[in-house]
Amino acid sequence: MTKLRSIQELEALRAALGADRGSAGSCLSVCCGSGCKASGADDVMKACREALERRGLAGKIDLKGTGCHGFCEKGPVMLVWPEGVFYNHVTAHDAADIVASLADGHHPVERLLYRDPATGERVLREEDVPFYARQHRVLFAQNGKIDPTSIADYFQVGGYAAVARVLSATSPAEVVESVKRSGLRGRGGAGFFTGRKWEVVQRQAAETKYIICNADEGDPGAFMDRSLLEGNPHSVLEGMIIGAYAMGASEGFIYVRAEYPLAVERLRVAIAQAEEHGLLGDEILGAGLNFSIRLVEGAGAFVCGEETALIASIEGRVGEPRQRPPFPAEGGLWGKPTCINNVKTWASIPVIINRGADWYASIGTERSKGTMVFALVGKINNTGLVEVPMGITLREMIYGIGGGIPEGKQLKAVQIGGPSGGCIPASLLDLPIDYEALTEAGSMMGSGGMVVMDEDSCMVDVARYFMEFLEEESCGKCFSCREGLRRLHEIVKRITEGEGREEDLDLLQELGWMVRETSLCGLGQTAPNPLLSTLRYFRDEYEAHVREKRCPAKVCRKLITYRIDPVLCNGCGACVRVCSSTAILGEKKEAHTIDDARCTKCGSCLEVCQPKAVLVE
Amino acid sequence: MGDTAVVDGLLASKWEGRDSLIPLLQEVQVRFHYLPEDVLRSISRRFKLPLTQVYHVATFYNCFSLEPVGKHMVQVCLGTACHVRGAPRVLDRLLSELKLAGPGTTRDYEFTVATVRCVGCCALAPVVRVDTNTHAHLSQAKVPGLLNRYRSAPEPAPVVA
Repeated sequence: MTKLRSIQELEALRAALGADRGSAGSCLSVCCGSGCKASGADDVMKACREALERRGLAGKIDLKGTGCHGFCEKGPVMLVWPEGVFYNHVTAHDAADIVASLADGHHPVERLLYRDPATGERVLREEDVPFYARQHRVLFAQNGKIDPTSIADYFQVGGYAAVARVLSATSPAEVVESVKRSGLRGRGGAGFFTGRKWEVVQRQAAETKYIICNADEGDPGAFMDRSLLEGNPHSVLEGMIIGAYAMGASEGFIYVRAEYPLAVERLRVAIAQAEEHGLLGDEILGAGLNFSIRLVEGAGAFVCGEETALIASIEGRVGEPRQRPPFPAEGGLWGKPTCINNVKTWASIPVIINRGADWYASIGTERSKGTMVFALVGKINNTGLVEVPMGITLREMIYGIGGGIPEGKQLKAVQIGGPSGGCIPASLLDLPIDYEALTEAGSMMGSGGMVVMDEDSCMVDVARYFMEFLEEESCGKCFSCREGLRRLHEIVKRITEGEGREEDLDLLQELGWMVRETSLCGLGQTAPNPLLSTLRYFRDEYEAHVREKRCPAKVCRKLITYRIDPVLCNGCGACVRVCSSTAILGEKKEAHTIDDARCTKCGSCLEVCQPKAVLVE
Repeated sequence: MGDTAVVDGLLASKWEGRDSLIPLLQEVQVRFHYLPEDVLRSISRRFKLPLTQVYHVATFYNCFSLEPVGKHMVQVCLGTACHVRGAPRVLDRLLSELKLAGPGTTRDYEFTVATVRCVGCCALAPVVRVDTNTHAHLSQAKVPGLLNRYRSAPEPAPVVA
């Protein structure tokens, strides 16, 4: 290990490391993100290592675990360099064939290549897979290439060059100017202009200032921060070091969810490596900057994603938001000026410094610049993380990158921006995605969660789901959020149970508006969005529940019954075996029936019925 | 009751200032799988904080438990992606298999079932995390098999924070 005492020493080390491992020689890089690990990536790694050893290739062909590639559904995925061959759904049993193919002159293993569902053809390289081909990967560009536990890998792809550049040739004011000119807006949700926030902190006269990385990614359906922290933690550290230099902060904090154990571990390793190399600590690169980073693990409270609540949590108190002003930029952590930005915002900084503010500003729309990372999940063929230029249409996202809706079903809505986002109906598919357009449509950019719903999703149930979540997560400090969300949840719940009243719809509207206008923090101010947006676009579904006591999507349990079609049923008994409430009657090989009184409507029978004889009415 | 020696050891070192209260509680949670009352009292004395404030923090955050939890922690993700792909049915099946009326701990302290909002594996929905393992693409039918894999398994190694 070498402590780097100057920028020259950093560049000398980079030169000594040579080109990155991938482009230099043969290398197997297995995705070891949380998703692929859940699908068995650790076993694949082990099997590959053994296969390489058996063939005596252990020293010649490199093997490394990389960060998340974003196409988690196809996991475990891996790349074979230098060609960049992309394999999906790899298992430990495939390792021998993969290694054999390398030994025999790189003939790819046909069966592991991605098959394009539209054409049925096999695709060789990752960049040619339609899911990736239409993306513009800036923040996630290095995720599949580098080993996140190796700082050398990060150096090889140009890591910490941006720190070197600002320390050697740029004044703090110029850095802030660059960030302003790039048009970067906070990626945590609210979309405040990052450069403007930095400027406020920079101008504070206080001797002690702090910066914070908000990695409390609490939104269900969003996991891009997790993937970035797991896959390229140094890029976040680098952004923070540049921020510390620009704003004059001496200490930084990364507040990360404890529910992300792998991200916590990778950050811990990355911080230790940066300290060892003299990139954190006193006299960074011998250029007079003193800055250290502390890792703080969240204790599980959704509201801590709100900046003042997060600050309270770091201070060791309960995570309750407080009134602003003063804004954290003026009086934040322990009353000192504090700049708090999201993971992706920090990771964007090195890119802006390296490639230039004007380059960054050339991507996106007039007021929303750069790329945005979305987690495309739910009822969609290609689920995973998607990085696209701002301004792309929903249609391109869902049908271009996402590959459409499974089983030929109809798209109903897309829920964007986390639990406080809104549902955008299928009729607005050509909406360009940027901060303003989404807000106008009753949703928001939020953290970039994008949950696709098809005809089988009940929008009233979706609204109930979010109200339940937000009621639970409301911290309880202000009355309108605490009580308002509870009432909203009660009302929408009774509608899903067939107890809705005619006047409920207007009441929801009025109460939702009230909570939005009078809550203290962003949680309450946006919490009614899912309800108000579904009321706006799917009022007919609410009316069906209230007036006809009917759930058109056949989701709300109290409004549906299960039945077995006597013609289709072949009496196989599969449903009898899975029914935990013994509600299914009938002799073997004869048509079965469901006893309504006992049926809990759990749907087990529907899941297992081969001849599709179980009907929901 | 927390083991006195362990508690003394924990309290003796490094904790200074209010901002180390939450990390300390997290460590206690990891060691004991819950926050024993006597430990909370010791912490209150050690930090010179009223017990009510320690209790306030301990009950505000989801990761703390005031009750002992089971040998295996089963976390059912009820994030949005898991919700629309059938997580509530998986939860129901888990509860009925373990004879629980709602999330909580089985009488033999083998399992604690808890719900979480998103473990960030949305592409693999619905998912359930048991101890530190994430199980993907679950269905009701897979629940009994999943539980059996852990029923006889030894206690998970304590995580060193």
